[in-house]
Amino acid sequence: MNVIELDRATVSIGGRDVLRDTSFAIKSGEFIGVLGPNGAGKTTLMRAVLGLIQPRAGAIRVFGRAPQRGDRNIGYLPQVRTVLPDLRIRGRDFIAGSVHGERWGLPLSTAADRAAIDKMLAAVGAGELGDRPLSEMSGGERQRLLLAQALLGEPDLLLLDEPLISLDYRYQEAIIELVRRFARERNITVLFSAHELNQLIGALDRVLYLGNGRAALGTVDEVVTAPVLSQLYGADINVVRADGQIFVLSRGRSVEHADHAHDHGHQHDHGHHHHA
Amino acid sequence: MLEYDFMRNAFAAAGVAAVVSGLVGYFLVLRGQTFAGHALGHIGFAGATGAVLLSIPSIWGLVGFTLAAGIGMGFLGERISGRDVAIGVVLSLALGFGLLFLHYYTAFATQVTALLFGNVLAVERSTIATLAGLALITLAGLAAIMRPLIFASLQPELAEAKGVPLRFVSTAFLAIVALAVSESAQIVGILLVFALMVGPPATAQRLVTGLWSGMALSAVLALAEAWLGIVIAYQTDWPVSFCIAALSALGYFLTRNIIVPRSRG
Repeated sequence: MNVIELDRATVSIGGRDVLRDTSFAIKSGEFIGVLGPNGAGKTTLMRAVLGLIQPRAGAIRVFGRAPQRGDRNIGYLPQVRTVLPDLRIRGRDFIAGSVHGERWGLPLSTAADRAAIDKMLAAVGAGELGDRPLSEMSGGERQRLLLAQALLGEPDLLLLDEPLISLDYRYQEAIIELVRRFARERNITVLFSAHELNQLIGALDRVLYLGNGRAALGTVDEVVTAPVLSQLYGADINVVRADGQIFVLSRGRSVEHADHAHDHGHQHDHGHHHHA
Repeated sequence: MLEYDFMRNAFAAAGVAAVVSGLVGYFLVLRGQTFAGHALGHIGFAGATGAVLLSIPSIWGLVGFTLAAGIGMGFLGERISGRDVAIGVVLSLALGFGLLFLHYYTAFATQVTALLFGNVLAVERSTIATLAGLALITLAGLAAIMRPLIFASLQPELAEAKGVPLRFVSTAFLAIVALAVSESAQIVGILLVFALMVGPPATAQRLVTGLWSGMALSAVLALAEAWLGIVIAYQTDWPVSFCIAALSALGYFLTRNIIVPRSRG
């Protein structure tokens, strides 16, 4: 069964076509690495799947129907994660605030809700974060907390938008491993956007490369080739394989690192903010 | 102390306003919107002086202006950059209008002081009823939107994805803040609304990390500081608002620097 289907879909944002006349299908239980240059539409694609953006033409189907905003079957980790610098709310209450957070009235959480949160925190190896205030968590700990939150309620589809940003290498590996294990155990379909392909190679089933209004979905060997990527990046791209790693180069420079460096600077600002 | 009518009135009025301020203020601090609360107080000043000029009780001018301003700020939207600059400009304009209204109503000096710095010892019984009614409306409104408000405050991006109407929630919240500011201003005055709306919740958030415990502690601290302030004022003859403001600051800096030293976070 296809969990996500794009049928000649055109998705625009701010008058620009981020995806143009694009078709592909993602099957149940697949782990998809979503890659592409900055601004290629990774976030836009996820927002379209969430029903926050309507396609301008064509159709998007999620679980066989038009995307529904607030679909409880989808776990989502947004890329932009506003965390107020001095938020002294403990992890458990932070997550509890998102459980049925769209309903009106008092935020009463049941004992079952709290137990489910604690169980999920323990499952992602973050049991002790339930009682710690957010202001005292590191970037990696926060990410675990948010991952536990995204997994809560047993979603069938997990949209993780740049979950590795601002994490050091050790934490990145741990997060990928965690997501892969959960996805396999529970047959969750995963869209995992990232800047670097190599870390994900061991975990992903297929890769979805976005760029220039187009999308290429396939195995790494099918998609990560000079002709396909040159078209997506709109530049001459070389793909070099060495030592079990794949390097995507434009005029001799790694395009991934160019993107990454940019994001690191950005995240540093954020980091200082949190720890100020 | 309690044998005097005006003291009983002061305790009742301060109690009602303090609990509302502590609860609403908890979310103001959580959302990092304390400046908006400050601005609403200043805008209320124009409303209050304007109302007196038209022989309407000042509290209704305060409520009307702060409500309109709160809703207006909400419509400006969550993500307009330079929003604080806009608030600052509107804020000074409002104070200017307040001054203009004063200019036309010269026999006003004592009332101005009361508006700016509060005069809880002169609260009348009828005002207590008004405050209690406003408090009920404010807390009912807060209770109605509390769940999505918390979600939208902690994780706006996710809340939007899950179908929370961010703009509506933030506008409704600012309307609730407006009512709380109007009440708080009756006790400590427009310039010192922070004493009840920001000091106690900020202190509570340093002491506890739970949501409900934080809200409860914030309300209790606001109540304790308001009442203790009145007692100290009674004993020393210092202005009540000074005593409340001093207690509020004392509580905050004590917990921030001594009881809970800054951790690595």
